[in-house]
This record gives sequence, C-alpha cells and structure tokens, in this order.
Amino acid sequence: MMIRIKRGQTGKGLLNTVAKMSGVDLSVCYQCKKCSCGCTVAKHAQSPPAEIIRRLQLCAGDELLNNDLIWTCVSCETCFARCPMGIDMVAVMDALRKLALERKATIPEGNVPLFNKAFLKTVSIFGRTYDLAMMAMYKIGTSSYTQDSDKLPVIFKKRKLALLPSWSANRKIVQRIFKKARQNKEL
Amino acid sequence: MKYAYYPGCAAESSARDQHASSMAVAKALGIDFVEIEGWSCCGATPGHQTDRVLAASLAAANLIWAQAMGLDVVVNCAACYSRLKMANYEALSHSDRRKKIAAAIGRDYDGKVNVKHFMEVLLKDYGADALGNACTRSLAGLKVASYYGCLLVRPHEVTNFDDPENPKSLDNLISAMGGESLDWPGKVDCCGNSLSLTTRSDLVVNLSDSIIGMAKAAGAECIAVACPLCQVNLDLRQMDIKKQTGRQYDLPILYITQLIGLGLGIPEETLGLNKLVVSASKIIHAVKANA
Repeated sequence: MMIRIKRGQTGKGLLNTVAKMSGVDLSVCYQCKKCSCGCTVAKHAQSPPAEIIRRLQLCAGDELLNNDLIWTCVSCETCFARCPMGIDMVAVMDALRKLALERKATIPEGNVPLFNKAFLKTVSIFGRTYDLAMMAMYKIGTSSYTQDSDKLPVIFKKRKLALLPSWSANRKIVQRIFKKARQNKEL
Repeated sequence: MKYAYYPGCAAESSARDQHASSMAVAKALGIDFVEIEGWSCCGATPGHQTDRVLAASLAAANLIWAQAMGLDVVVNCAACYSRLKMANYEALSHSDRRKKIAAAIGRDYDGKVNVKHFMEVLLKDYGADALGNACTRSLAGLKVASYYGCLLVRPHEVTNFDDPENPKSLDNLISAMGGESLDWPGKVDCCGNSLSLTTRSDLVVNLSDSIIGMAKAAGAECIAVACPLCQVNLDLRQMDIKKQTGRQYDLPILYITQLIGLGLGIPEETLGLNKLVVSASKIIHAVKANA
C-alpha cells in the first residue's frame, strides 16, 4: 500500500484530535494488520482499519473523513479484540464518525448517521426505542420505501414488532441526559 | 437466586420470544428476575457511534437504579450486555468520563454493579450440570451450532464473558442438556446487524449467508443464539439469501433459552417458538420424542 501525502500537509492532520477524543495512542501501531484481516467489512470499503491508522500517523487531514469505512464499520469490535497493542479501534472510529458529522464530510450510501439519528430520536422521546417510528423516519429520509417491504407480511403475521411505543421508561432522566448532551454540543 | 432484570428494548418488540422464553426458564429453575423499574434504552450502537458520553450515561442510569435494588443485573440481549458493561468499564477506568457521566445523569456512578448475561447466570451461578439434571427432555441427537456473534465476547477486556475467539459457554449448556454442540468456524463472526435497517442490507445478507452456510456445512440442524439482533437477522434474512443467491437453507435460528425451555418441558407457545420465521417444528417434535 502506498500513501501519497501532499506537500506541506504534515503536522496539520487529524491525529492529535482523534487521539484526544478517543483516548487512544495511535503511535504504538506497527501495522501488523491483524485488524484489517479480521475486519467484517474491509472488503466492502475503501480502506481497511490499519490503513486508516497509517493515514492518521502520516498526518491525514479532513479528506480522511470522507473514507467510507467510517460508516460501513459495524462496530463488531474484532479489530480491538485482535490488536496486539490493545488499540481501541472502535473508539478511534467513533471519534472519526463524530468529526465526520461535525465537519460535514461525505456520507456514503446507507446513510448510517440518519439511522442513528432516527434511533436516538425515539429514545429521547420515549426513553426506549420505538422500532416503527425509527424505521419510518429513516425510510422517509432515504426514500427507501420498498426496501425490505417483502418481509412486512411475515413481520406482521408473526407480530414481530410492537405496534405501539412503551411508556414505562423513566423518561425524565433520559431527557436530562439528552439535554446535557445537546448543551455540551455532543449531539 | 435473585437478579435485577434489564429486559432491553427488543424484549418489548422484536424479541418478545426471547423475553418470554427467558422468563419461563428462570421461573422453572427457581431463579427470580425482578425487573428494574423504569429501565431505559442502553443507547445500543447508534449511541456510542454518536457520542460516547451520551452512550455511557444512558447505560449507567440503569445501573444506578439496579444498585439501589442491591442485586446483580441480568441481561438477555448481547448488545445491551455490552453497553452496560462498557459503562462500568468507562466509569472504572476513566475518571474524567465518570465525571461527565455524573454530570449528565445528576448522580455519580461508581461502575461497580455486577452485570451478567443470562447464560453466565446459568453456567456459573446455577451450573450446567444442575441444568442438565433439571431437564425432563434430552436434546440427544440434535446437532446445534452455537452462535455468539460479536458483543457477548468482544472486547474481552470489557465483557470478560468467555474466550473471544473460541467461546464454549453456549456449547457447554447444549452438551449438558444432551445435545451435540458442533465445532464450526462461524461462532464469533459478525452478522452485520447494525446496518440491517439501512439501505446497505446487501452487505448484511452477504455476512448472514456466510454464517448460515458455515453452520449448515458443519451439519447443523439449528443455530442457537443469545442475541435478539442476531436472531432476527439470521432468521429473516434467509428470504433475501434465497432471492439473491438461490441458496435455500431453511435453518431454524432459535434463542438458546427456547432450546433450554424445550428441554425443561415448557410448552412451545410459552417459549414463543411460533414467532420464528424459519419453522422449528422438526426440532420441537424431535425433542418431544426424547421425553
């Protein structure tokens, strides 16, 4: 793998920001690539996890936030589990996801941020997830109405999903947590 | 034996069968589940992918309520299990994170509530042999592929559930009930469920196909799972796999609590076995014949 670095770019990258946000020391990575070999989705994405670390080490800038591994990653934790240096790659990916949203990077097919937003929206309202509302929000946002609609008959026949939301959660605390997150600009 | 029970959101929706079968198994074995009053969502994958403090706070709030009950927490869902244990891990290992969690909830959490998956309770607290003795029907002759997926076993530093590469917990429970637990390579592979509801379900179908294919090749008559997300994915996606690849597996995906319930002689309606998309009727008949 050859990584080209633009002249004058060194020293201005994302490395320190990501290290601070994730609490991970990326300088200890020696590119054994166990994370890449075990990665559930590497072959479906632009770059495997080891390449993301190498690019960060080589002072990659905001352009790295457009890498589609950021939103293809399924947080399966295999990379972290197999890293001989104990690098918490999931924390690194979480930091990159946060930065990608803050700095308005390209969101690839799948629109995972919209899914996450829809999921958390129902939690912030009901204190628990409400599958139907979450799915409706995502489908409206992505205009993907027909996707998986072939499974609806069996989902309803088997009563797989709750039709109504639950109202039993301690919503006061949950809403406080969301409010604090918004105040700290975490959301 | 008494535990504070954290059902998790799926228990009220897609995994009502896992919830029902777990409650029935616990009751049959004399294990007392006391539901945490007002429990709320753990944040799941969207939580930590959005913000780590938010995720840890959502999980920790539930642990604070459990702490007031003075009981260990028992969980069914692998994703909830992982998030609750991560909240403990973060509160214990990052003092800065602990302060932020306290500020979000309005109360400090020390990270010291014991969180156990129901399978850990059965193996370590109740005992696999005791479970085997409690069974009125044997699983003899049944070939089961135990599937652990990601979040029960990874990251090991956080969950400390079992060997992260070759776990045996579910296999030991199957063996204790007389079943044949298979050695197969897909045990800890990921089914990709976090993308399942997005428009990247093509990827999820691909991953599920690989897992089910490996189980089938090992001679499995069913896959036993301990996570509601894995269950729905592997069960429901067999339709897509058939459409996209022509491969028809017809492999039933049962919650391990449903298999245990069958062994304990609990009626199949109570165990929610009618909710499975790929029918488990062959397995139910076979186990019943072992009485």
